[in-house]
Amino acid sequence: MSKLKTFPMGGIHPDKYKITSESPIMDAGLPEIVYIPVKQHIGSPAKILVAKGDKVKVGTLLADADGIVSADVHSSVSGEVLKVEAVEGEFGYVEDMITIRVEGDEFEPSVDLSSDIAREIPFTAEEIIAKIRQAGIVGMGGAGYPTPVKTSIPSNKKVDTLIINGIECEPFLTADDRLMVEKAEQIVIGAKIINKILGIQNAVIAIDENKPHAVEAVSKVTKTYVGVNVQVCATKYPQGGEKQLITAITGREVPSGKLPADAGCLVQNVGTAFAIYEAVMKNKPLFERIVTVSGDACLHPANYRVRIGTPASFLIDKAGGLTPETAKVIFGGPMMGTAAFNINAPVTKLTSGILLLSEKTSRKAPENSCIRCAKCTEVCPVGLQPYLIARKVRGGNFDELRDCHVLDCIECGCCAYTCPARLPLLDYCKLAKSELKKK
Amino acid sequence: MLKISTAPHFQTTRDTRSIMLDVVIALMPAALAAVLFFGINALLVIFTSVAGCVLFEYLACRYWLKTRNTTTDFSAVITGLLLAYNLPSSMPVWMTLVGCFMAIIVAKTCYGGLGKNIFNPALVGRVFLFISFPVQMTSWPQPHLARFWETDAQTGATTLGILKHLDAETSATALQGKLPGYWDMFAGNIGGCLGEVSALALLIGLFYLLWRRVITWHIPFYYVSTVFLITAVLWLSTGDPRYDPLTHLFSGGLLLGAFFMATDYATSPMNKKGQVIFAVGCGILTVAIRLWSAYPEGVSFAILIMNAFVPLIDKYVAPRFYGSRR
Repeated sequence: MSKLKTFPMGGIHPDKYKITSESPIMDAGLPEIVYIPVKQHIGSPAKILVAKGDKVKVGTLLADADGIVSADVHSSVSGEVLKVEAVEGEFGYVEDMITIRVEGDEFEPSVDLSSDIAREIPFTAEEIIAKIRQAGIVGMGGAGYPTPVKTSIPSNKKVDTLIINGIECEPFLTADDRLMVEKAEQIVIGAKIINKILGIQNAVIAIDENKPHAVEAVSKVTKTYVGVNVQVCATKYPQGGEKQLITAITGREVPSGKLPADAGCLVQNVGTAFAIYEAVMKNKPLFERIVTVSGDACLHPANYRVRIGTPASFLIDKAGGLTPETAKVIFGGPMMGTAAFNINAPVTKLTSGILLLSEKTSRKAPENSCIRCAKCTEVCPVGLQPYLIARKVRGGNFDELRDCHVLDCIECGCCAYTCPARLPLLDYCKLAKSELKKK
Repeated sequence: MLKISTAPHFQTTRDTRSIMLDVVIALMPAALAAVLFFGINALLVIFTSVAGCVLFEYLACRYWLKTRNTTTDFSAVITGLLLAYNLPSSMPVWMTLVGCFMAIIVAKTCYGGLGKNIFNPALVGRVFLFISFPVQMTSWPQPHLARFWETDAQTGATTLGILKHLDAETSATALQGKLPGYWDMFAGNIGGCLGEVSALALLIGLFYLLWRRVITWHIPFYYVSTVFLITAVLWLSTGDPRYDPLTHLFSGGLLLGAFFMATDYATSPMNKKGQVIFAVGCGILTVAIRLWSAYPEGVSFAILIMNAFVPLIDKYVAPRFYGSRR
């Protein structure tokens, strides 16, 4: 095989722990109660349309996008709205959520539940964008940027390459991997749909080499689709980062402070591509997603198809319960995910995994003196000098931080992962960013 | 009760201690070579130096810095080993201890301890001893292969010492028999400091460090090649045996310095570009001191001088950041 593509600067190779890569996606079933947050995306929270006591079905619009950068929120279950008020989220902070008691499993009649694959795309670009908007689709890789905004490229910019991101470089997570194995053709059609919006014929599905089944499944499908190709990439974290992936695939760099479109690229996660297929071809709003429930303290790791709003505790119980070894419950991956305070918090459009990590795996060792090993500058995929940023933040020299390009930090955590002195380098970078943004 | 913390929730198992331990392991072949060529005296110097450095480190942490005891992370062991490797095997115990004091207390603790020192502690110790006790520091017992208990070896000049005192007129033939052969220089069967004699042992250590990713190849490569290139150009253009590049490569402290002391984390630059500047600077200074100063050996001074430039290099040389390409 020829040399695998990868990004040139920095990066790390953490242990993979892809325990669930062979586990087929299972239906998680219906919980008794779901909590659906009205803000599961970047931008303004959606405006609530329902009230206490309303009956809803699967796919009923619960909250309407408030402005351009926002997204619709749909019901993922059928039942009765119990309350429309603030509920404790994963961090223990209260967020506006719609609480629904599940009764039966009745779908809105517009949703096409047939399992046959629709291959012809009879819609125009405007119709496709409208359908994506109505389905409330956001970037499901974790950023949560509303997809209609992302795919509407300003007229002064030209995109020539669509990259479908099937890298999933976080340890443990296999949701995208399994989706590619089981829904390869739908993802490829999703890519064709996005291509139609962009008016181009060139899509690359990037998959890293530690997913041989996904590479095989998708490659088999792309043979019959002109313009969609698979590119196998080297396994390296954070290859799935948008900018890193663009550089890996095209060799281009997104200029500092600019968008991928400035490098002629659009990147969409495979989960998003699948959701776009379902929204456009099957009229299905985004009300479920694939979630990996795993971790070294998890008894029965698995991949589940989960209705949005399902409490994490429901999934944890399915996977064998909260074991005594569990020290942290992570929403997302171990590198960039968040440690949950409240495990009754719901799965959102952005939750790719629920991980139960033991003390041994997730322990943060005590901080020592910096030994100036320079490993943080070596692994930073953005070319920052995290040790220097940490020093300036500690000294309160926020004015000097602008020259350190800290606003370009992608918060991948390579620096903090690598630091032999266990300095919380990422925390310093995040602090620096928030201080600079205040000014 | 669940724990919460900021991301990342994963950390490498590689910590300061495991890195330092790897450096200690990488230094072991040179210790073996030293004992092989200089016998029990070498062992005594190494033991004294390591014990002295660890003791001073412990006392400094306990009574002065009042911080966590850092002797368990092996950094003082490395300083002790490197200091010993820079001494002749006939070094009296008390002088070695003075060197340990200079290294750990003056060069390291005064600046705030681990990672905060500007100058390489072992080299500060060595240079202090070199200036204070020039006689003891320049009487070089000749190697006596595999005679462990022999302690009264004859002393003689080092290879670089012989070259230094050559007259310009001395012909190459007069040198025959005076200079050791390349193989003896490579294996270490020559007079000199404990750790510097065996290029072979140092190379084994270097490959271990590279394999374990403790250091990258940049500083050793650029340092050694700079010295090699400059001497090669001079040698080819004049034919003077004093400039023989292979002799400069395998004699004196060049390899020990380039592999283990210029690569010291605390006292070398924090990014690749800076490290290349630093290493080339070390190489130029080493050649300049060896060839045109009163001293036959220049590695210690070269590295210490370049150490002083490290904060400046770090200030002005930054890695290219993503998105700066237009």
